[in-house]
Amino acid sequence: MNAPVPNEPPPEDIILRAHGLVKEFDGRRVLDGVSFDVKRGEVLVIMGGSGCGKSTTLRILIGLEKLNGGRAWLFGKEISQASEKEFNALRRRFGVLFQSGALFNSMTVGENVALPLQQHSDLDENIIQIMVRMKLEMVGLTGFEHLKPSEISGGMKKRVGLARAIALDPELVFYDEPSAGLDPVVSAVIDELILDLKNKMGITSVVVTHHMDSAFKIADKMVYLYQGRVLAYGTPDEIRNSDDPIVQQFIRGEPDGPIPLKTSRDVYLQTLAGFADERIDKT
Amino acid sequence: MVKTIELIGRIFLDVIREIGGVATLLVETCYFAFVAPFRGEFPDRKNFGKQLVEEGIKSIPIVALLSFTVGLILAMQTAYNLRKLGAESYMPPLVAIATVRELGPLIASIIISGRVGAAIAAELGTMVVAEEIDALRCMALHPTRFLIVPKVGALLIMLPCLAMLADAASIFGAYAFGASALQMSAAKFRQFAFEYMVARDLWSGLLKAAVFSLLISGIACYKGITVTGGAEGVGRATTQTVVHSIFAIILVDGIFTAIFYFIFP
Ligand SMILES: Nc1ncnc2c1ncn2[C@@H]1O[C@H](COP(=O)(O)OP(=O)(O)O)[C@@H](O)[C@H]1O
Ligand SMILES: [Mg+2]
Repeated sequence: MNAPVPNEPPPEDIILRAHGLVKEFDGRRVLDGVSFDVKRGEVLVIMGGSGCGKSTTLRILIGLEKLNGGRAWLFGKEISQASEKEFNALRRRFGVLFQSGALFNSMTVGENVALPLQQHSDLDENIIQIMVRMKLEMVGLTGFEHLKPSEISGGMKKRVGLARAIALDPELVFYDEPSAGLDPVVSAVIDELILDLKNKMGITSVVVTHHMDSAFKIADKMVYLYQGRVLAYGTPDEIRNSDDPIVQQFIRGEPDGPIPLKTSRDVYLQTLAGFADERIDKT
Repeated sequence: MVKTIELIGRIFLDVIREIGGVATLLVETCYFAFVAPFRGEFPDRKNFGKQLVEEGIKSIPIVALLSFTVGLILAMQTAYNLRKLGAESYMPPLVAIATVRELGPLIASIIISGRVGAAIAAELGTMVVAEEIDALRCMALHPTRFLIVPKVGALLIMLPCLAMLADAASIFGAYAFGASALQMSAAKFRQFAFEYMVARDLWSGLLKAAVFSLLISGIACYKGITVTGGAEGVGRATTQTVVHSIFAIILVDGIFTAIFYFIFP
């Protein structure tokens, strides 16, 4: 569908390149040759059914899991070659919004957003407080500084998580299922925020989601993962017009099709009969 | 038979793995406490102060109360035995020395492994499940530097202090019994209780408390940070922390006591 991703360090404008990523857990292969490029200033959406390896791909790219094969370059640095220290330097250039928001529950909202600034900048505490207000303002949460994460809703937690992720003005932000578990209005707000960051500040985004509406709304490029492989990779239009029946079933959200979820009636009856025989033999 | 051997083998491997994990964690803690600051990476001071209060100050009432009770019980049991020899007046030194050498540090440590060890494991485990530890890593903040060093450091300072408190409360318990049942005066009790005590009795007890604190915080942090399997995993880690640390404390206590008895009498 698209030119294959070459196995070489990417040019300057490619902020992130994945080439043939392989990941195994206890000998089970969950990623099998995942490749894509992310251009500076673009929004890449990674989609796919649950368990297809979206979060694992993300966790590899942010250095929380080690690769078992393949190569990836982040800001031009090959991640499997980076020492912990070098990776930490990269981490100051990207932010992550985790699925649950991952706010520190022992700290207030304001302290959560202030933490990266306090730890990684030499800014005066007063300046930091001003920046915290600015970031919270951006996600529409001014005046909530003093609340604890346990006192705010799930959608607000995610927005605070986003404010914290962009506290250090990163070039790139990763999102794991930013709209999972949120009502349609809040998830539309999050989509708007992602687009705002792109349009107003030129921030690149990598977004994992299985919400088709928001995926097509925000994406410049899309990757469709299926059982640890890239089944389709291209612009939203290319994906929409994909002739792959699995991709089509997924974007239309149809229950019947090539994605094996339900066993067929015959197979079901056969296994049930086999199970019954076994039980009867035992009695 | 084969199954039993297999089971023993598996338990043995688990024990080795846990000891290795705890030791690695404590070495890493030492690195972040003593080496990394020279490279400009300081542990979190605010967090450290909070831990001193959470782990130490808030444990004072329960440690004092239980140690007082144990001192009372110990005094009664000792007096019961001594009465047969007509030597009840020897109760104070017997109780005082057993307390500072052994019971004060041991009781404080066992209470703390239930109160603080369990809390540490639950807190860290919950943070793992809620992706908070991942978030820390992604902010280039090492969880050991940021979370574990303050906890281990605070307990290392606080447990010997709590052991001293336990010593005092327990001896006071013995005095309460001596004064009321054996009609000992405070002056006589004090003089007699400390007459045979040497400085070594005290510091060997406090040294043990310091070592026990590392066992408790090391096991609790390791169990917490390695939680898998959601809320159920947190519960498991908490229980295992208490059981394993009490086991480790008593085992190491035995080794220490034997060393002090046989090698440095
Ligand atoms: N730490 C792990 N240990 C073992 N298996 C894992 C681990 N993390 C993920 N997996 C497995 O890898 C597969 C992909 O998971 P994940 O990337 O979380 O999927 P999703 O696309 O839903 O985010 C799943 O089958 C999951 O069970
Ligand atoms: Mg996921």
